Amino acid sequence: MASITGSIELNVRKPRRIVLVGGLLVVWLALWFVLRGVHTLALGGQETTPFHRWLTEQAGVVGSGNAISDAIRVTVDQLVVLLQNVIAQPSYGRPVPVVGWLGVVAVAAFLAWAFGNWKVALLTAAGLTFIGLQGLWQESMDTLSLTLAAVLLALLAGIPLGIWAGLSDRCFKVATLVLDLMQTLPTFVYLAPLTLFFAIGPAAATIATLVYAAPPVIRLTAHAIRSVPSESVEAARSLGSTRGQTLTKVLLPMSRSTVVVGINQTIMAALSMVTVAALIDAPGLGQTVLKALQTLDVGVAFNAGLAIVVLAIVLDRVTTAAGDRPWRTASRRRKVLLGLGAVAALVAVWFSRTYLWAAEFPSEPAIGSRIAVAAADVTTWVQDVFGGFTYGVRDAVTVGVLNPLEALLTESPWWLVTAVVVALGAVLGGWRGALPAAVCLLLLVGTGVWRDAMVTLASTLLATVVVVAVGIVLGVWTGRNRRVDQWVRPVLDAGQTMPPFVYLVPFLALFGTSRFTAIAAAVVFAVPVTTKIVADGIRAVPVATVEAANSVGSSTWQVISKVQLPVARRAITLAVNQGLIYVLSMVVVGGLVGAGALGYDVAAGFAQSELYGKGLAAGLAIVLLGVMLDRITQAAARRTRKFRGTVRGDNLW
Amino acid sequence: MTNKLRSAGVLAAVALALTACGGAKVGEADQPAAGGKECGTFNLAVSPWVGYEANAAVVAYVATKDLGCTVNKKNLKEEISWQGFATGEVDAVLENWGHEDLKKKYVEQQKVAVVVGPSGNQGVIGWYLPPWLAAQHPELKDWKNLNKYASLFKTSESGGKGQLLDGDPSFVTNDEALVKNLKLNFKVVYAGSETALIQAFRDAEKNKKPVIGYFYEPQWFFNELKLVKVDLPKHTPGCDADPAKVACDYPAYALDKIVSKKFADSGSPAYDLVKNFSWTNDDQNQVAKYIAEDKLSPDAAAEKWVNDNRAKVDGWLGK
Repeated sequence: MASITGSIELNVRKPRRIVLVGGLLVVWLALWFVLRGVHTLALGGQETTPFHRWLTEQAGVVGSGNAISDAIRVTVDQLVVLLQNVIAQPSYGRPVPVVGWLGVVAVAAFLAWAFGNWKVALLTAAGLTFIGLQGLWQESMDTLSLTLAAVLLALLAGIPLGIWAGLSDRCFKVATLVLDLMQTLPTFVYLAPLTLFFAIGPAAATIATLVYAAPPVIRLTAHAIRSVPSESVEAARSLGSTRGQTLTKVLLPMSRSTVVVGINQTIMAALSMVTVAALIDAPGLGQTVLKALQTLDVGVAFNAGLAIVVLAIVLDRVTTAAGDRPWRTASRRRKVLLGLGAVAALVAVWFSRTYLWAAEFPSEPAIGSRIAVAAADVTTWVQDVFGGFTYGVRDAVTVGVLNPLEALLTESPWWLVTAVVVALGAVLGGWRGALPAAVCLLLLVGTGVWRDAMVTLASTLLATVVVVAVGIVLGVWTGRNRRVDQWVRPVLDAGQTMPPFVYLVPFLALFGTSRFTAIAAAVVFAVPVTTKIVADGIRAVPVATVEAANSVGSSTWQVISKVQLPVARRAITLAVNQGLIYVLSMVVVGGLVGAGALGYDVAAGFAQSELYGKGLAAGLAIVLLGVMLDRITQAAARRTRKFRGTVRGDNLW
Repeated sequence: MTNKLRSAGVLAAVALALTACGGAKVGEADQPAAGGKECGTFNLAVSPWVGYEANAAVVAYVATKDLGCTVNKKNLKEEISWQGFATGEVDAVLENWGHEDLKKKYVEQQKVAVVVGPSGNQGVIGWYLPPWLAAQHPELKDWKNLNKYASLFKTSESGGKGQLLDGDPSFVTNDEALVKNLKLNFKVVYAGSETALIQAFRDAEKNKKPVIGYFYEPQWFFNELKLVKVDLPKHTPGCDADPAKVACDYPAYALDKIVSKKFADSGSPAYDLVKNFSWTNDDQNQVAKYIAEDKLSPDAAAEKWVNDNRAKVDGWLGK
């Protein structure tokens, strides 16, 4: 396409794209009527292709026992066990951990105060005490040990990688691709192979968590480095700074707060992995949730899920506060106070080592069982009251939107879908949209699970549209209003970290086993991240810009639609992207509640050795869908920007 | 505010110091019983369903109390447990449902696992109806009448046909072939998990919804709801030899126990316990009920059952 930058052309161009897209869809529909049912590449549940069988054979070839994986396993195991000994498990011949609950609460509160402020210190103490009162102290500390180990390793590897990706364009491109793979490849897919390499237990669980949790910190570190204004870098250079000096004196300090957001998101991701990792015997709260699920005990599962959420909120607020705190500016007074605090924390640790009441959390009052009963009651009430209504909603959406969309995708010949999607990619994003789409779709055909991929694609598209709509509304609202943000944020944290296994049972009661149930679960999981990023983008709009709009008498709606949303466009693109990735990462869980298709294939590969290869292929298919959708939206967003003449900086997401 | 907080902290610390000194000290409490010298560590895989957990609870309880073993329970999916035989991380699996492919790989080819006989539990697989539906339409208990009622079982997922609900991907199932070969106007819809399956049956009974689905015994859920089995064409030996042509009911499974070769050769008393362990479906359902419905911890449930059935346990111990 010729480069067109003027605003006059824009007016001519824009409708033409919409017309083209509409025309394509009409042609597709017409051809669908004629060609329905041919070349659909359907494959039965137990059927496999030679490619799948080849993959299954490869699984038998790899195995534990090589020196490198052993060394990694032993090191990681040692780290987790060390942390467990300190705070969670009876150790070193004592019936209690090295540091009992009082010590843990005191030290955690002290650290929160030292790195953040006294408010988060108070929150930390209250949160941890609450977990103890829930009757889940030991399980929570096991989870915390595993999470800390995974996050530490993720930061150790992730921050340097992020810096590198921030400085080098080539590294950035490769990293983006690998990170997409890490975030969308379903954890179920690599859980079983990981146990082949790293044996069963904490090491494999930690590494699985690490793989899932590392991408945010890498992405956000790179993003932060790239967002430092070039004027600052040039100023440093002109004053004679070397590359190293520029990095440590300019780039890193200026990007610190964004890096902390990355650390924060990594912690959240790690916590959301604890229930999945429990499938390979990861210790802690995940076990409690899975056990409760076997007897459909919503109350107990919720209680354990709540403990995970409380841990998440505490860790989130502490890291956020640490990100806001100016470093190296502690006053003398604060230093003295910190010293006193350290002494007090040490006294508490001594208590927790000496006295039983401070070492083991008292079993009374057991508020955990009361929470469980209340949660179960609320669930039953919701089911009884809304049961009929929700079935109606499900059927309406399924019949009205999902089934037609799915029919169009699954019953069209594969080459027709490919041609249409590639053409759409070309219209919306030029060759940058068309080429990745073509490659991904052809690889999808190669995976042998084409039809299942189309079923999943239909649900994913619907879920993503809902996520983006809800996320933008909520994001604009919370971004414009601090108070709303304060109330909504804990809910968002809960949506992100409450294990999906917990709301699976109530959702099943409300919607039955269906694709709609899976879509609902994916929406709950993906809306928080979209909302948070949109809100962040809205908040980053310069106050002066908004005030200028206000001063010329713009209405609230005009300010939002004409100023805030367009300026925050980059954040919104990122929000759409992350929403999509989160939806895709829930596909497997969807397979457990009746969505079938790729999610079921992946779970089946994890459970049955002869389907291992098919599960792996299905996992790859999920990644391919992710990459394809991501590249098309990226390219479309980039072109939209180009037409408006606002090519500025490089595109990160 | 900081000042107030500080003084509160100091006060709290002083209060702690004054009141706490009377508390029990760490290490004064009973040390865990010494022992386990001759048995050592016993790594027991625990698969994610309650019936299995009942087996594991009782064996672990007896191994700990009577033999002085240190039992490591490992919560694992079946497939992963079998991997553990090779690496020495798993000593025993107590309830194995068929899994001929895994037997071939680990018992015959790699020779790291050994089959040590039945657990005494009889596995039944089949299609089940919620009790209210079987009471209202007793004729549904015969598969021949299913087509007549297919429209009753229609859902948003079944594309106009009747819905046959299947469960977890790890379950042994021929249902797709059965539907095809018996010419049933049904579509197999995968609920994807045991949880989803149980919830569907629970909901069906409560709200009088028609559901037909895959289920199996022994299962704790039968304590809550007596699902009614549908009679499929009778199973004859070899009728399920070709997976694509199956048109008969599932066979009765004698569930068996698998141990690692190393464990079998170790001479550990825990191995003899696993070898001798055998009980009935009713026994298992009883312990499963203690765990699933009475909310006892697995250990407490096992203790209760062992105290009531000492003779049986003594038999396992060779007393």
